[in-house]
Amino acid sequence: MTISKTIPRRALQAVLLSLAIFIFSGASDPSTRFNEIGHQLMCICSCGQILLECNHVGCPSSDGMRNELMAAVSRGDSDSLVQQAFVQKYGPTVLAAPTTKGFDRAAWIFPFIAFAVGTVLVIFVVRAWKNRPSPVLVGGLPITNTDFDRFRRQADEETDL
Amino acid sequence: MAFIGNFALLLAFALSVYCFGAGVLALLSPDEPNSQRLSETARRAGIVVFGAVFLAAVALVVSAFRDDFTIAYIFHHSNRDLPTPYKFATLWSGQEGSILFWCLLLSAYAFVLRLRYKTDPRLFAYASVVVAGVQIFFLALVNFAANPFGLLEGPLRPDGSGLNPLLQYPEMVIHPPMLYMGYVGFTVPFAFALGALIMKYPGEKWIHITRRWTMVTWGFLTCGIFLGSHWAYSVLGWGGYWGWDPVENASLMPWLVGTAFLHSVMMQEKRGMLKVWNMWLVFACFWLAILGTFLTRSGIISSVHAFAQSSIGSWFAWFLGITFAVFVFFFVLNHKHLRSDNKLEGMISRESSFLFNNLLFLLLTLDVLWGTWFPKISELVQGNKVTVGAPFYNRVAIPVALILLLLTALGPLLAWRKTSLESLKRNFTWPFTVALIIALFVMLTPTSWGSIFGLKPWHDVSYFYSLMTIFLSALVAFTVGSEFYRGGRVIAEKTGQGMFASMVQLTHRNTRRYGGYIVHFGVVLVMIGFSGSALNQDKEAELGYGDHMQIGSYDLVCRSYTQDDNANQETEWALMDVYQNGQLVRTMTPQRIFYKASQQASTKPDIDQGFKEDLYLVYEGQNDKGQPVIKAHLNPMVIWIWIGAWVMIIGTGLALVENAPVPVTVRVPRMMEHAAPVAGD
Repeated sequence: MTISKTIPRRALQAVLLSLAIFIFSGASDPSTRFNEIGHQLMCICSCGQILLECNHVGCPSSDGMRNELMAAVSRGDSDSLVQQAFVQKYGPTVLAAPTTKGFDRAAWIFPFIAFAVGTVLVIFVVRAWKNRPSPVLVGGLPITNTDFDRFRRQADEETDL
Repeated sequence: MAFIGNFALLLAFALSVYCFGAGVLALLSPDEPNSQRLSETARRAGIVVFGAVFLAAVALVVSAFRDDFTIAYIFHHSNRDLPTPYKFATLWSGQEGSILFWCLLLSAYAFVLRLRYKTDPRLFAYASVVVAGVQIFFLALVNFAANPFGLLEGPLRPDGSGLNPLLQYPEMVIHPPMLYMGYVGFTVPFAFALGALIMKYPGEKWIHITRRWTMVTWGFLTCGIFLGSHWAYSVLGWGGYWGWDPVENASLMPWLVGTAFLHSVMMQEKRGMLKVWNMWLVFACFWLAILGTFLTRSGIISSVHAFAQSSIGSWFAWFLGITFAVFVFFFVLNHKHLRSDNKLEGMISRESSFLFNNLLFLLLTLDVLWGTWFPKISELVQGNKVTVGAPFYNRVAIPVALILLLLTALGPLLAWRKTSLESLKRNFTWPFTVALIIALFVMLTPTSWGSIFGLKPWHDVSYFYSLMTIFLSALVAFTVGSEFYRGGRVIAEKTGQGMFASMVQLTHRNTRRYGGYIVHFGVVLVMIGFSGSALNQDKEAELGYGDHMQIGSYDLVCRSYTQDDNANQETEWALMDVYQNGQLVRTMTPQRIFYKASQQASTKPDIDQGFKEDLYLVYEGQNDKGQPVIKAHLNPMVIWIWIGAWVMIIGTGLALVENAPVPVTVRVPRMMEHAAPVAGD
């Protein structure tokens, strides 16, 4: 492999790596973690709110749950340990999004499969339409490029400025 | 009143059945001598349905104003001291009333449709029959399953239970009607589509008619969705405007599919393509609107908005099944009629951009549908429910929305049929460069300039999304701006007018195209508003007299706290002085209201709205010492969402206006210009 080919590839890898670092690295001080984990949990008072956003008057659950979360974060429990403890105590609906285990994985996989299948389908349709034979005028004569240019000019004049 | 209401509803039901039956008979035997007259009686019966349903709705509202608590619905959703505007809102604040309201709106749409039948009598006759079929379902529901005029059992009560406190807010008087006009309105495009499919309608006229109806409906739904968001933001007091609740999702799905249709319909109009696709999109809009109603009425999916679990869910399930079966039957029967044989000339063209645009809108719809139903699917498969909340939707939907925004920027620069890479590069370079400079400016400017500045994408993935949104929004704004500029320049050169006047004239000449661009510009503003959410801050404190709390650049001082009382409610509130740079800038009064009739409490946040950020204060309650607990949110850029929504609605309205005729200019040969006037000129 020549140097001229290697350099752009290395540059691309470096850019991707930097982007990945930018995107996936995060601060880990307790208040940030409290905020992050608290936004991944639901209040269980059936208000349907994210734990840190539940503010309904006289909520019997959110204050206690927030205190538990703060205690766990202050102890230095890992994110997954905190989530496990909440699931054990309040059930799986306490998590604001499905996990990436078991059947829950399907929730995450489906949108990506749909995206991939949809994109392939559209590309296939676009290619198929592009390869269609040219339309034929009444009388069996194929439309020539000159005809197309004329029609295009006419359409531009009639539809645009 | 209950008697009048019940009679009117039964009359409306009988007339709908006649309208449907006589309409079908007339269409089945068009050559019969009396067919024309039969069809006319069906149309007139359909018109009278509106009068009957209107009478029923008036009877219910009058019952609310007269505090007629013998009617169970009025007892459960009103009370004597309820302020007047909310007595109107009683009509749609409960299950039975809201279905009556649905019937009213559907009858109103059908009324207009049946009055305008001369546009194309045969197509309108088919559409009228389809609408009558839908009316029969809703009127059967309101007569036999969810009757709003049912009488209260047991002794007569002196006062009602009152309206849900969360609904006692001015926007609630207009949000549900707007949303329902959106939902119900999709029945009309569906009726035209199914009618055209059944009768193998020749040509594309039906799609012109359908597009206008869809645009009107889409405009109402847009309005309803944003009013709902604004209501959530102003009333619910959690500092947000969209919670991905199943009921919110139910309104978003038909909106997304409707948006896809409004784009793909252009392919059919201009190129005769996507006929089958458009037919399915129209059906999907209608079906998703009914599915949304099924979600909220059946109690099958838990939601904070949902009406109580009731038996009418099964009615909706049957209706969804029947409409699907009918549509598929006629589609299989007549799909050959929808074949298009147009050829795509270039991979890079307006057509392919619309295809990808439709793919992305459909993917977003599928993601939302999947997320909404996944708790139920999980329960069926593994026996336990899971929550699918904002973190799921944000992760799945935001990347798709960003690609869609990129396509919105590219779309206007692509020509129909074929675009050369050279021309794309030429038109795209400067908007891209300017947008990149803006994004870099936002990223590198110190945070002290404002909360949206200094966005470092490596700190958090949400910052990365926000910065991308700002970049792509700027790109869309500049490409849209360049379209106006180029078109305006041509007119300015031809007419000698100023640039602004030329751009106004340009918009008048092709309202649909430039109205659409204005809608895109509104979307940009909304997206900029959304991008601010990554930088939201909040803080909570218990405050005594003179206590301080700091959030962002604001210093909040609790001046006092007190309470108030009237016949409808008790109110507790705090008086908060807001200082910025040592200067008193505003006094705010977050409240907590206790509604006596319903014995329910709710918060009423106070919001100081600004172009850079909103200061949002919530009175959360009192601590043991009787001092207020105040939660303060600092939400950047939120106001742009509401401004963007207005721009979208103005753009939609503009796109509905007829094009101004292009002035015909006759070129006078030079020698004629200077010729001497002839006698008699």
